[in-house]
Amino acid sequence: MAKGTVSIYVERCKGCGFCVEFCPTKVLSLSSAFNSKGYHPPHVIAAEKCSGCDLCGMYCPDFAIFGFKLKDEKPAMEPQEAAHAS
Amino acid sequence: MRADPAGVLTGAHFLDGDQACTEGALAAGARFAAGYPITPSTEIVERFAARIPTVGGVFIQMEDELASSIAILGAVWGGAKAFTVTSGPGFSLMMEHIGLAAMTETPCVFVNVQRGGPSTGLPTLPGQADMMQARWGSHGDYAIIALCPSSPQECFDLTIQAFNFSEQFRVPVMFMMDEVVGHMTEKVVIPPAAQIEVTPRRHTKLRPEEYKPYASGEDLVPEMAHAGEGYKFHITGLTHDERGYPAMNPSAQDKLVKRLKEKVERAVDRITMLEEDSLEDAEVIVVSYGITARVAQRAIEMAREKGVKVGKLRLITVWPFPEKRIAQLAEKVKAFVVPEMNLGQMVHEVERAAAGRARAILVPHAGGSVHRPEEILNVILEAVR
Amino acid sequence: MSAISELVVINPVEPFLRSDRMPHIWCPGCGIGTTVNCFARALIESGADLDKVAVVSGIGCTGRVAGYLKLDSFHTTHGRAIPFATGLKLANPELQVVVYSGDGDLSAIGGNHLIHAARRNLDIKVICVNNFTYSMTGGQAAPTTPLEAITTTSPYGAYEPAFNLPALAEAAGASYVARWTTYHVRQVARSMQEILKKKGFCFIEIISPCPTLFQRRNRLGDGLDTMKFYKEKSKTRHGVSTREVEMSLTGEIVVGKFVDRDRPDYLETMKAQLRSKLGERYIDPKTRIEEESCECA
Repeated sequence: MAKGTVSIYVERCKGCGFCVEFCPTKVLSLSSAFNSKGYHPPHVIAAEKCSGCDLCGMYCPDFAIFGFKLKDEKPAMEPQEAAHAS
Repeated sequence: MRADPAGVLTGAHFLDGDQACTEGALAAGARFAAGYPITPSTEIVERFAARIPTVGGVFIQMEDELASSIAILGAVWGGAKAFTVTSGPGFSLMMEHIGLAAMTETPCVFVNVQRGGPSTGLPTLPGQADMMQARWGSHGDYAIIALCPSSPQECFDLTIQAFNFSEQFRVPVMFMMDEVVGHMTEKVVIPPAAQIEVTPRRHTKLRPEEYKPYASGEDLVPEMAHAGEGYKFHITGLTHDERGYPAMNPSAQDKLVKRLKEKVERAVDRITMLEEDSLEDAEVIVVSYGITARVAQRAIEMAREKGVKVGKLRLITVWPFPEKRIAQLAEKVKAFVVPEMNLGQMVHEVERAAAGRARAILVPHAGGSVHRPEEILNVILEAVR
Repeated sequence: MSAISELVVINPVEPFLRSDRMPHIWCPGCGIGTTVNCFARALIESGADLDKVAVVSGIGCTGRVAGYLKLDSFHTTHGRAIPFATGLKLANPELQVVVYSGDGDLSAIGGNHLIHAARRNLDIKVICVNNFTYSMTGGQAAPTTPLEAITTTSPYGAYEPAFNLPALAEAAGASYVARWTTYHVRQVARSMQEILKKKGFCFIEIISPCPTLFQRRNRLGDGLDTMKFYKEKSKTRHGVSTREVEMSLTGEIVVGKFVDRDRPDYLETMKAQLRSKLGERYIDPKTRIEEESCECA
């Protein structure tokens, strides 16, 4: 059961790759999908390894991702991928 | 509102123009000044440095005029009334921040005790050659207000007026003294604080959620907020919209700079201050300002003794230029005689406003001393012929 | 299973952003946004009163930070954020005044103001994002550009010795001097938190990539390559002499907290001096000089 999860604001992402590189447990990878600007946003590839440390959030220069710890009472949730309108 | 007594040195004094200007600023409520030494203006900040600790405020001598001219803007946004003081070379350095003050609509006063120029020029001797620079010195389209005292008493009274205009219109006001007015000593009467009217900051009464830094009403002047009050506004020198956010497109540009200009020019009647004498039957009118007006007064008296029908128009407000009044007078006079301590600056405005209906004749003086009355008299006599 | 309440978790940085202005203008891989994350977290951790935090920027890519932060923020003229901040702080000492600007803005055109504010030990906090170039205008050489670096105004390689900003700040009188890179997110946030709690002139230099211009022209890869480079080449040396932290194009990057000293700040020394000479006649400038200026109290 994952300790944490991430929320990704796909439309803000510029595909820099910081989050992918600096996630301590390698939860993320750049997806092959495009956002409307043509960048490849990250997606979760190893949800169970996410600790919610929010290092991805601290590194992201575009404020497009952040991690958070899940409360114990909550069942493991699917990682959030929020495609908000910009 | 009434002036704060703490800053008002009520009484009859013997002061020079520089000192009187300081007292005017204190009476107006200035509690922050930043400056840099430059002759012949330095005495203004020296007196402020000596006075402000017992009034309640801050003076800081900054490392240059670039810093002084923006430190006052910071102080205004921090809640103070603020001013800086300089002469020609420093005025040139301050131009960028006069523009920033105009663009961000920061109320403040820039005092220029004019000296001979250009460049280092004549540090201890007068000039009046920064008058156009006061209006056009910074890049881009904007409007300012410029006042011109002719005596130490006016250095006191008009400094208060300068602060009041700056608050009323949220505009930087240029206080254009000259070295003679700055260094001449005359009686200056400072009334009790209760008799001095000061314009308070146009602070918004709206709540932060409702407030837009550059939304304006009928008079085109937005309301202000200060840092630290929870408004969390953004102020920028970039072309911006009503929210204060950068909006770099032609439509926002058009809207903004036109409003910056119109808010002052629309109010020209309220801003214009002139001293008029013997205009009713005048065939020639002498238009002058600053110390030159004092010399012109003598020349006018001499001309009248010779039977010449000459009138006097003294510009107290120089910018916005009182073109309506000049146009009006141009209908009935032969000529305007314009003595100024430069090689022709305000004379061009007079000529423009007269629109060919009357001549505008310059009596130039390159600076370094005031005109001799005879120089002006001779042109008056020539003009009526 | 209990009902799951709708727990809306938001990005810790989001309340500090003018979301209506997102996305921002910074390039992919630029580190400025990363420093903003650190700043947001420092503000949260330090318990700062957000109503009293004022951010002042100059001109440049980093100068745009002011426009994106939902705080009282001022985007001033090139090089003059510090004197603006000086006036702001002296008029209202209750404000926490943070200058957030770039290396060119702060050390070239703004250099004089930097050293004087440090000399005065004004209680303002300066965050200097150093990407070794004037990015906004297309990547010209800056006083921080290392030797041999290619920029548009040093097309054959820079030959001017570069400033050592920590040494400059320390020599001028700063009370706190640190350098990190955008790789060191936790340390940056911690340093920012420390300066928010410290009185006096504080200076943090944050080395950051400019992938579009500086990195590209010097064939140093993209933002991610540069972040890995920072990770590899950085050596933390707290307390080391600032004389020894010079930077080069591809050499070691010394990071850490170099200076942390206590001196009375400008207002303290000003008041002490005036009080000693004037005694009871000295009127302490009101914490908000505003009472004189308006009827809005």
